[in-house]
Amino acid sequence: MTDHSEIDKVSGKSTTGHEWDGIKELNTPLPRWWVWTFYATIIWSIGYWIVYPAWPLISTYTTGLFGYSTRASVRVELANLEAIRGEKMVKLAATPLADIVKDPALLALARARGKAAFGDNCAPCHGTGGTGSKGYPNLNDDEWIWGGKLEQIEQTIQFGARSGHAKTHEGAMLAFGKDGVLKPAEIVTVANYVRSLSGLSTGAGYDAAAGKKLFADNCASCHGDAGKGNPEMGAPNLTDKIWLYGSDEATLIDTITNGRAGVMPAWVGRLDPATIKALTVYVHSLGGGQ
Amino acid sequence: MNKTVLPSDLEVPDDGPLYVAHKKVYPQKVSGTFRRIKWALMGVCLGVYYFLPFVRWNRGLGAPDQAVLIDFPNRRFYFFFIELWPQEVYYFTGLLIVAALVLFLLNSIGGRIWCGYLCPQTVWTDLFYAVERLIEGDRRERMKKDAAGWTLERVSETVLKHSIWLMIAWWTGGAWVLYFADAPTLVMQLITFQGPMLAYIWIGILTATTYVLAGYMREQVCVYMCPWPRIQAALTDEWALNVTYRYDRGEERTSLKKAKELRARGETVGDCVDCYQCVAVCPTGIDIRNGPQLDCIQCGLCIDACDTVMEKIGRPKRLIGYDNDINIKRRQEGKKEIYRLVRPRTVIYCGMIAVVGAIMLYALLTRSLLDVNVLHDRNPVAVKLADGSIRNAYTMRLLNKRGFDRVIAIDVDGPVNATVHVVGVDSVTQDRPMIVLGRDQTTELRVLVTAPLEGNPEKSVPVRFRITDIGLGETAVATDNFVSP
Repeated sequence: MTDHSEIDKVSGKSTTGHEWDGIKELNTPLPRWWVWTFYATIIWSIGYWIVYPAWPLISTYTTGLFGYSTRASVRVELANLEAIRGEKMVKLAATPLADIVKDPALLALARARGKAAFGDNCAPCHGTGGTGSKGYPNLNDDEWIWGGKLEQIEQTIQFGARSGHAKTHEGAMLAFGKDGVLKPAEIVTVANYVRSLSGLSTGAGYDAAAGKKLFADNCASCHGDAGKGNPEMGAPNLTDKIWLYGSDEATLIDTITNGRAGVMPAWVGRLDPATIKALTVYVHSLGGGQ
Repeated sequence: MNKTVLPSDLEVPDDGPLYVAHKKVYPQKVSGTFRRIKWALMGVCLGVYYFLPFVRWNRGLGAPDQAVLIDFPNRRFYFFFIELWPQEVYYFTGLLIVAALVLFLLNSIGGRIWCGYLCPQTVWTDLFYAVERLIEGDRRERMKKDAAGWTLERVSETVLKHSIWLMIAWWTGGAWVLYFADAPTLVMQLITFQGPMLAYIWIGILTATTYVLAGYMREQVCVYMCPWPRIQAALTDEWALNVTYRYDRGEERTSLKKAKELRARGETVGDCVDCYQCVAVCPTGIDIRNGPQLDCIQCGLCIDACDTVMEKIGRPKRLIGYDNDINIKRRQEGKKEIYRLVRPRTVIYCGMIAVVGAIMLYALLTRSLLDVNVLHDRNPVAVKLADGSIRNAYTMRLLNKRGFDRVIAIDVDGPVNATVHVVGVDSVTQDRPMIVLGRDQTTELRVLVTAPLEGNPEKSVPVRFRITDIGLGETAVATDNFVSP
């Protein structure tokens, strides 16, 4: 490979001086405008470094002349979004629950906001569809431990159940067995009596009269004489088809022996009042609201 | 009979290079039948385009009163008595099919007459040429001025021409945006600089395209950019009437003087005097005497030019006319000309237009003005209630396409002893929830259907939602399934 340029005889152009097996390369420089554009982009990039954040430093980075950052602009966008929502949420906060449900626009707003808040805050326990699981109530059905009216749902969301908040729902299922109030045989009897309240089968040798007496002495104060429950005390209705922990004999014996005290946190300081209202309407509108 | 074709036979000496530098076209002024038709059609097309947004059409209180309006924010399209919703966009599909078929029909009748008379590119280019001719003079003067270089007069003429062009282009873009908002309001906003940014951007874009396409690109759009000439050539047939130089009459081309001498001696002479008027007036700068060609837009201006000359020299008109090669051949053989406007191709196109048109008309006349869609809740699909019965929840979307509010009732069939409840609605008359549907809008409801387990042993039964307008009796139906857990 020789390395000196010459003038090509055929085209009259200079060569690059490169030659391979007798084949020479014509020197065809880039057009001037192209070269200048290339230089312009280099100059532009320097300007870019000065104006915008560009170089990483050890613990920080060059911030640029105006301190621009995409993170800050996201914050601004989010603030704008909240400002847009603000008006509507103020209206939501100012409207009584019963009126929200009657106003189609507010109902739609509350349901949309409620659904989002539910997914963020409630779904871990109650499920994304509000269907719950063992120990976590299904919010779609019409059985409400602490009441299914709008105000009752709102109160439960605000203060929770056994959450430690001063206004929370207190009252728990006592541990009749563990505390020695009832003997194991009595617990089996009363468990069978509870099953009979909702028409479930009872075990062999079950004494209905003894069960009834045991229930009246120990359970009726909270669950009522007929076992219909009492939302004031969070005592579930024992005569219906819905069981939070299960209706089989073994589960009932466990419940009566060891008690139950499921916890729902208070949301009053964690969510703003408008969001709690939206959640209330959303949960109510799942279908079971009273 | 097949004959061997040698590659050398296919070589056309005058093929030219693959890339030809642009040659500026200076169409000459012309008058005559086809020019008059072109002026008239230009007037109609531009008149409709520029003024249609200002036509009013009363649709009642609260609805826009613009006859033709594409209302993007509210997702509506208004065309006189027709109002379309986004989900009815298939009417536009039908319209496009009809438009394509009409184009094909025009092609089978008169070749590219669309291009020559009605295509926006032709209409605006024609208008821009008219402005150019008015300011800079006719073909010869323009050529001379272009060749001469810059004088003060030339500069002022050029500035004037481009100003008028830009004004036309700006008006074109301005008219475009008026189809998307209330025209008088938008005009007021635009001239007081209160208009939306998007309107100014679109006016800018269309000003630019009109100015560039009609002022500079002109016939190059038709020759190089437009796909229609290529498609058209594949769709046309030998019966279509194209602008044709009747070479049976025209050849041999003979000068006027020589033709007189020859005719005096009783010899037959071609009528073409080779005056090049047909070339001079052509807006795409071609010579029609070279036969049908891709650059020809069938505008018929060469016919007018040739007729003028023929009249002057006392020969019969229409040496160039709408004709085809079949008739040229027949005349050469001494046979009578035949024109076949009614032939399978045109009949089939007409039939297809009629069928698509009828389908569209039928769809438009029987268009539902009340509609319902139902979507079953997925999580949970079913809920067991305290008394053991089953409840399913649905999202129901109701469409009221009428211009007034109305009350509807919801009935549910399917599951045995089913009851229906709508979240947020108390008014229950005879177990039917009653809902007020706002005019010209959709309403979304959460509908709960509850049925006892007894009598509904199936895992899934069909459920039918029937919507009835209490006042008008109109109904709409949606079906889904009622599922047990």
